[in-house]
Amino acid sequence: MSDHHEHAHLPDTVLRVKALESLLVEKGLVDPAALDELIDTYEHKVGPRNGARVVARAWSNADYKTRLLQNPSAALAELGFTGRQGEDMVVLENTEKVHHMVVCTLCSCYPWPVLGLPPVWYKSAPYRARAVMDPRGVLKEFGVSLSDEIEIRIWDSTAEVRYLVLPMRPEGTEGMDEESLANLVTRNSMIGTGLPLSPHQIAHQK
Amino acid sequence: MNGGHDLGGMHGLGPINPEPNEPVFHEEWERRCFALTLACGFLGEWNLDMSRRARERMHPARYLETSYYEHWLIGLQTLLVETGLITEEEIARRMGEIGAEETD
Repeated sequence: MSDHHEHAHLPDTVLRVKALESLLVEKGLVDPAALDELIDTYEHKVGPRNGARVVARAWSNADYKTRLLQNPSAALAELGFTGRQGEDMVVLENTEKVHHMVVCTLCSCYPWPVLGLPPVWYKSAPYRARAVMDPRGVLKEFGVSLSDEIEIRIWDSTAEVRYLVLPMRPEGTEGMDEESLANLVTRNSMIGTGLPLSPHQIAHQK
Repeated sequence: MNGGHDLGGMHGLGPINPEPNEPVFHEEWERRCFALTLACGFLGEWNLDMSRRARERMHPARYLETSYYEHWLIGLQTLLVETGLITEEEIARRMGEIGAEETD
Protein backbone atom coordinates (compact mmCIF):
# COMPACT_ATOMS: atom_id res chain seq x y z
CA MET A 1 0.00 0.00 0.00
CA SER A 2 1.47 3.37 -0.98
CA ASP A 3 1.67 6.37 1.32
CA HIS A 4 -0.71 8.17 -1.00
CA HIS A 5 -3.34 5.59 -0.48
CA GLU A 6 -3.02 5.62 3.33
CA HIS A 7 -3.15 9.39 3.52
CA ALA A 8 -6.20 9.52 1.33
CA HIS A 9 -7.92 7.53 4.01
CA LEU A 10 -6.93 9.52 7.09
CA PRO A 11 -9.69 8.71 9.55
CA ASP A 12 -12.31 11.40 10.04
CA THR A 13 -11.33 11.68 13.72
CA VAL A 14 -7.67 12.42 12.94
CA LEU A 15 -8.61 14.96 10.28
CA ARG A 16 -11.09 16.65 12.61
CA VAL A 17 -8.52 17.05 15.40
CA LYS A 18 -5.99 18.47 12.93
CA ALA A 19 -8.61 20.86 11.55
CA LEU A 20 -9.63 22.12 15.00
CA GLU A 21 -6.02 22.65 16.05
CA SER A 22 -5.21 24.44 12.81
CA LEU A 23 -8.23 26.76 13.12
CA LEU A 24 -7.71 27.47 16.81
CA VAL A 25 -4.04 28.33 16.28
CA GLU A 26 -4.86 30.48 13.25
CA LYS A 27 -7.43 32.44 15.28
CA GLY A 28 -4.91 32.92 18.08
CA LEU A 29 -7.08 31.01 20.55
CA VAL A 30 -4.49 28.39 21.45
CA ASP A 31 -0.70 28.36 21.45
CA PRO A 32 0.89 25.19 20.03
CA ALA A 33 3.72 25.39 22.58
CA ALA A 34 1.15 25.40 25.39
CA LEU A 35 -0.42 22.26 23.92
CA ASP A 36 2.97 20.51 23.89
CA GLU A 37 3.53 21.56 27.49
CA LEU A 38 0.16 20.17 28.61
CA ILE A 39 0.84 16.87 26.86
CA ASP A 40 4.31 16.59 28.39
CA THR A 41 2.96 17.32 31.87
CA TYR A 42 0.28 14.66 31.80
CA GLU A 43 2.25 12.10 29.82
CA HIS A 44 5.52 12.34 31.74
CA LYS A 45 5.28 14.38 34.94
CA VAL A 46 1.98 13.63 36.69
CA GLY A 47 1.18 10.00 37.36
CA PRO A 48 0.59 7.30 39.94
CA ARG A 49 4.13 7.63 41.34
CA ASN A 50 2.75 10.78 43.03
CA GLY A 51 0.03 8.81 44.78
CA ALA A 52 2.51 6.09 45.71
CA ARG A 53 4.63 8.67 47.55
CA VAL A 54 1.54 9.80 49.47
CA VAL A 55 0.66 6.23 50.48
CA ALA A 56 4.24 5.43 51.49
CA ARG A 57 4.36 8.60 53.61
CA ALA A 58 1.07 7.65 55.31
CA TRP A 59 2.36 4.14 56.00
CA SER A 60 5.56 5.51 57.53
CA ASN A 61 4.28 8.49 59.43
CA ALA A 62 1.19 8.20 61.66
CA ASP A 63 0.79 11.96 61.99
CA TYR A 64 0.83 12.39 58.24
CA LYS A 65 -1.74 9.62 57.87
CA THR A 66 -4.05 11.35 60.35
CA ARG A 67 -3.74 14.62 58.43
CA LEU A 68 -4.27 12.81 55.12
CA LEU A 69 -7.50 11.22 56.29
CA GLN A 70 -8.81 14.34 58.04
CA ASN A 71 -7.84 17.00 55.54
CA PRO A 72 -6.72 15.26 52.37
CA SER A 73 -6.30 18.26 50.11
CA ALA A 74 -3.98 20.03 52.58
CA ALA A 75 -1.97 16.85 53.27
CA LEU A 76 -1.52 16.24 49.53
CA ALA A 77 -0.45 19.84 49.09
CA GLU A 78 2.32 19.20 51.66
CA LEU A 79 3.90 16.93 49.03
CA GLY A 80 3.16 19.42 46.27
CA PHE A 81 0.24 17.55 44.74
CA THR A 82 -2.40 20.13 43.95
CA GLY A 83 -4.27 21.29 40.91
CA ARG A 84 -6.77 20.44 38.28
CA GLN A 85 -9.19 17.56 38.99
CA GLY A 86 -7.93 17.20 42.53
CA GLU A 87 -9.32 20.27 44.24
CA ASP A 88 -11.58 18.38 46.64
CA MET A 89 -10.16 15.03 47.68
CA VAL A 90 -11.34 12.24 49.97
CA VAL A 91 -8.92 9.52 51.11
CA LEU A 92 -10.46 6.12 51.86
CA GLU A 93 -8.54 3.84 54.22
CA ASN A 94 -8.70 0.11 53.58
CA THR A 95 -8.79 -2.04 56.71
CA GLU A 96 -9.12 -5.70 57.63
CA LYS A 97 -12.88 -5.20 57.46
CA VAL A 98 -13.50 -2.78 54.60
CA HIS A 99 -12.13 -2.57 51.08
CA HIS A 100 -12.85 0.57 49.07
CA MET A 101 -13.12 0.74 45.28
CA VAL A 102 -13.60 3.85 43.16
CA VAL A 103 -15.52 4.32 39.91
CA CYS A 104 -17.04 7.17 37.93
CA THR A 105 -20.23 5.68 36.51
CA LEU A 106 -21.08 8.84 34.55
CA CYS A 107 -17.71 9.49 32.95
CA SER A 108 -14.12 9.50 34.11
CA CYS A 109 -13.68 11.65 37.23
CA TYR A 110 -10.31 10.73 38.74
CA PRO A 111 -7.74 12.40 41.02
CA TRP A 112 -5.31 13.70 38.39
CA PRO A 113 -2.70 15.29 40.71
CA VAL A 114 -2.00 11.97 42.48
CA LEU A 115 -2.78 9.37 39.80
CA GLY A 116 -2.39 11.19 36.48
CA LEU A 117 -4.88 10.50 33.70
CA PRO A 118 -7.16 7.47 34.10
CA PRO A 119 -6.46 4.24 32.20
CA VAL A 120 -8.82 3.15 29.42
CA TRP A 121 -10.46 0.46 31.56
CA TYR A 122 -11.46 3.03 34.21
CA LYS A 123 -13.26 5.05 31.52
CA SER A 124 -14.72 1.97 29.82
CA ALA A 125 -18.41 1.14 29.74
CA PRO A 126 -18.01 -2.35 31.29
CA TYR A 127 -16.13 -1.08 34.37
CA ARG A 128 -18.51 1.82 34.91
CA ALA A 129 -21.52 -0.48 34.54
CA ARG A 130 -20.32 -3.35 36.68
CA ALA A 131 -18.29 -1.77 39.49
CA VAL A 132 -21.51 -0.75 41.23
CA MET A 133 -23.36 -3.99 40.48
CA ASP A 134 -20.81 -6.78 40.77
CA PRO A 135 -17.70 -5.50 42.56
CA ARG A 136 -16.44 -8.97 43.51
CA GLY A 137 -16.75 -10.11 39.89
CA VAL A 138 -14.88 -7.01 38.76
CA LEU A 139 -12.14 -7.60 41.33
CA LYS A 140 -11.80 -11.16 40.09
CA GLU A 141 -11.12 -9.82 36.58
CA PHE A 142 -8.28 -7.83 38.08
CA GLY A 143 -6.98 -10.95 39.80
CA VAL A 144 -8.10 -9.86 43.27
CA SER A 145 -10.05 -12.20 45.48
CA LEU A 146 -11.18 -10.91 48.87
CA SER A 147 -12.67 -12.90 51.72
CA ASP A 148 -16.46 -12.73 51.91
CA GLU A 149 -15.97 -11.33 55.42
CA ILE A 150 -14.56 -8.12 53.94
CA GLU A 151 -17.14 -5.49 53.10
CA ILE A 152 -16.61 -3.82 49.74
CA ARG A 153 -17.62 -0.16 49.48
CA ILE A 154 -17.95 1.47 46.08
CA TRP A 155 -17.46 5.21 45.70
CA ASP A 156 -18.90 6.94 42.65
CA SER A 157 -16.77 9.98 41.84
CA THR A 158 -18.22 13.28 40.79
CA ALA A 159 -16.85 16.35 39.12
CA GLU A 160 -16.54 17.87 42.61
CA VAL A 161 -15.13 15.05 44.78
CA ARG A 162 -12.28 12.70 43.83
CA TYR A 163 -11.18 9.67 45.82
CA LEU A 164 -7.83 8.07 46.60
CA VAL A 165 -7.72 4.65 48.26
CA LEU A 166 -5.13 4.21 51.01
CA PRO A 167 -4.35 0.49 50.76
CA MET A 168 -3.24 -1.58 53.75
CA ARG A 169 0.51 -1.77 54.30
CA PRO A 170 1.65 -5.24 53.22
CA GLU A 171 3.07 -7.65 55.74
CA GLY A 172 6.82 -8.09 55.90
CA THR A 173 7.56 -4.42 55.21
CA GLU A 174 8.73 -3.44 58.70
CA GLY A 175 11.81 -1.28 58.54
CA MET A 176 11.41 -0.39 54.86
CA ASP A 177 11.99 3.27 53.99
CA GLU A 178 9.47 5.44 52.18
CA GLU A 179 11.09 5.05 48.80
CA SER A 180 11.06 1.24 48.98
CA LEU A 181 7.50 1.29 50.27
CA ALA A 182 6.40 3.52 47.39
CA ASN A 183 7.63 0.86 44.95
CA LEU A 184 5.04 -1.52 46.39
CA VAL A 185 2.14 0.85 45.71
CA THR A 186 0.46 0.14 42.37
CA ARG A 187 -1.94 2.46 40.60
CA ASN A 188 -4.75 -0.07 40.89
CA SER A 189 -4.19 -0.41 44.65
CA MET A 190 -5.04 3.30 44.93
CA ILE A 191 -8.25 2.85 42.89
CA GLY A 192 -9.22 -0.28 44.80
CA THR A 193 -9.02 -2.71 41.87
CA GLY A 194 -5.70 -4.04 43.12
CA LEU A 195 -3.60 -4.62 46.20
CA PRO A 196 -0.08 -3.36 46.88
CA LEU A 197 2.77 -5.66 45.91
CA SER A 198 4.53 -7.64 48.60
CA PRO A 199 8.32 -7.29 49.03
CA HIS A 200 8.46 -10.87 47.76
CA GLN A 201 6.71 -9.91 44.47
CA ILE A 202 9.10 -6.98 43.98
CA ALA A 203 12.07 -9.30 44.45
CA HIS A 204 10.66 -11.57 41.75
CA GLN A 205 10.20 -8.65 39.33
CA LYS A 206 13.90 -7.82 39.58
CA MET B 1 -29.51 13.34 33.68
CA ASN B 2 -30.19 9.85 32.49
CA GLY B 3 -28.63 9.21 29.11
CA GLY B 4 -26.15 7.03 27.29
CA HIS B 5 -23.41 8.04 29.69
CA ASP B 6 -25.28 6.88 32.82
CA LEU B 7 -23.84 3.38 32.80
CA GLY B 8 -24.01 2.26 36.44
CA GLY B 9 -25.73 -1.14 36.60
CA MET B 10 -26.12 -1.62 32.85
CA HIS B 11 -25.97 -5.27 31.74
CA GLY B 12 -24.39 -6.88 28.70
CA LEU B 13 -21.31 -4.71 28.18
CA GLY B 14 -18.86 -7.60 28.45
CA PRO B 15 -15.50 -7.97 30.19
CA ILE B 16 -13.29 -5.05 31.25
CA ASN B 17 -10.04 -6.31 29.69
CA PRO B 18 -7.53 -4.04 31.44
CA GLU B 19 -4.45 -3.51 29.25
CA PRO B 20 -1.13 -4.38 30.95
CA ASN B 21 1.45 -1.56 30.98
CA GLU B 22 -0.96 0.77 29.25
CA PRO B 23 0.52 3.97 27.75
CA VAL B 24 -1.00 7.33 28.77
CA PHE B 25 -2.10 7.94 25.17
CA HIS B 26 -2.51 5.40 22.39
CA GLU B 27 -2.57 7.70 19.34
CA GLU B 28 -1.12 11.09 18.50
CA TRP B 29 -4.59 12.54 17.86
CA GLU B 30 -5.55 11.63 21.44
CA ARG B 31 -2.66 13.74 22.77
CA ARG B 32 -3.70 16.73 20.62
CA CYS B 33 -7.41 16.30 21.48
CA PHE B 34 -6.63 16.16 25.21
CA ALA B 35 -4.46 19.28 25.10
CA LEU B 36 -6.85 21.22 22.85
CA THR B 37 -9.72 20.49 25.24
CA LEU B 38 -7.77 21.74 28.26
CA ALA B 39 -6.40 24.77 26.41
CA CYS B 40 -9.87 25.74 25.14
CA GLY B 41 -11.20 25.35 28.69
CA PHE B 42 -8.83 28.16 29.70
CA LEU B 43 -10.61 30.50 27.25
CA GLY B 44 -13.32 30.82 29.90
CA GLU B 45 -16.20 30.46 27.45
CA TRP B 46 -17.58 27.42 29.30
CA ASN B 47 -17.12 25.55 32.58
CA LEU B 48 -16.50 21.89 33.46
CA ASP B 49 -20.20 21.09 33.79
CA MET B 50 -20.86 22.49 30.31
CA SER B 51 -18.02 20.32 28.93
CA ARG B 52 -19.52 17.22 30.48
CA ARG B 53 -22.99 18.13 29.26
CA ALA B 54 -21.63 18.56 25.72
CA ARG B 55 -20.39 14.95 25.82
CA GLU B 56 -23.46 13.60 27.58
CA ARG B 57 -25.77 15.03 24.93
CA MET B 58 -24.37 12.55 22.41
CA HIS B 59 -26.86 10.02 21.07
CA PRO B 60 -26.61 6.97 23.38
CA ALA B 61 -25.85 4.59 20.51
CA ARG B 62 -23.05 6.80 19.22
CA TYR B 63 -21.76 7.37 22.76
CA LEU B 64 -21.31 3.63 23.31
CA GLU B 65 -19.60 2.97 19.99
CA THR B 66 -17.03 5.79 20.19
CA SER B 67 -13.89 5.98 22.30
CA TYR B 68 -13.24 8.22 25.27
CA TYR B 69 -11.22 10.85 23.43
CA GLU B 70 -13.77 10.80 20.61
CA HIS B 71 -16.30 11.89 23.26
CA TRP B 72 -13.91 14.73 24.14
CA LEU B 73 -13.54 15.68 20.49
CA ILE B 74 -17.28 15.71 19.85
CA GLY B 75 -17.84 17.70 23.06
CA LEU B 76 -15.13 20.22 22.16
CA GLN B 77 -16.49 20.75 18.68
CA THR B 78 -20.02 21.21 20.07
CA LEU B 79 -18.83 23.90 22.50
CA LEU B 80 -16.66 25.70 19.94
CA VAL B 81 -19.56 25.86 17.50
CA GLU B 82 -22.18 26.81 20.08
CA THR B 83 -20.05 29.65 21.46
CA GLY B 84 -19.41 30.85 17.91
CA LEU B 85 -15.60 30.53 18.12
CA ILE B 86 -15.59 28.25 15.07
CA THR B 87 -18.30 27.38 12.56
CA GLU B 88 -19.23 23.96 11.18
CA GLU B 89 -18.38 25.29 7.70
CA GLU B 90 -14.86 26.30 8.75
CA ILE B 91 -14.24 22.85 10.20
CA ALA B 92 -15.55 21.05 7.11
CA ARG B 93 -13.49 23.28 4.79
CA ARG B 94 -10.30 22.84 6.82
CA MET B 95 -10.77 19.07 7.02
CA GLY B 96 -11.08 19.04 3.24
CA GLU B 97 -7.94 21.15 2.83
CA ILE B 98 -5.85 19.04 5.21
CA GLY B 99 -7.14 15.82 3.64
CA ALA B 100 -6.19 17.11 0.16
CA GLU B 101 -2.70 18.22 1.33
CA GLU B 102 -2.02 14.85 2.94
CA THR B 103 -2.97 13.15 -0.34
CA ASP B 104 -0.49 15.22 -2.39
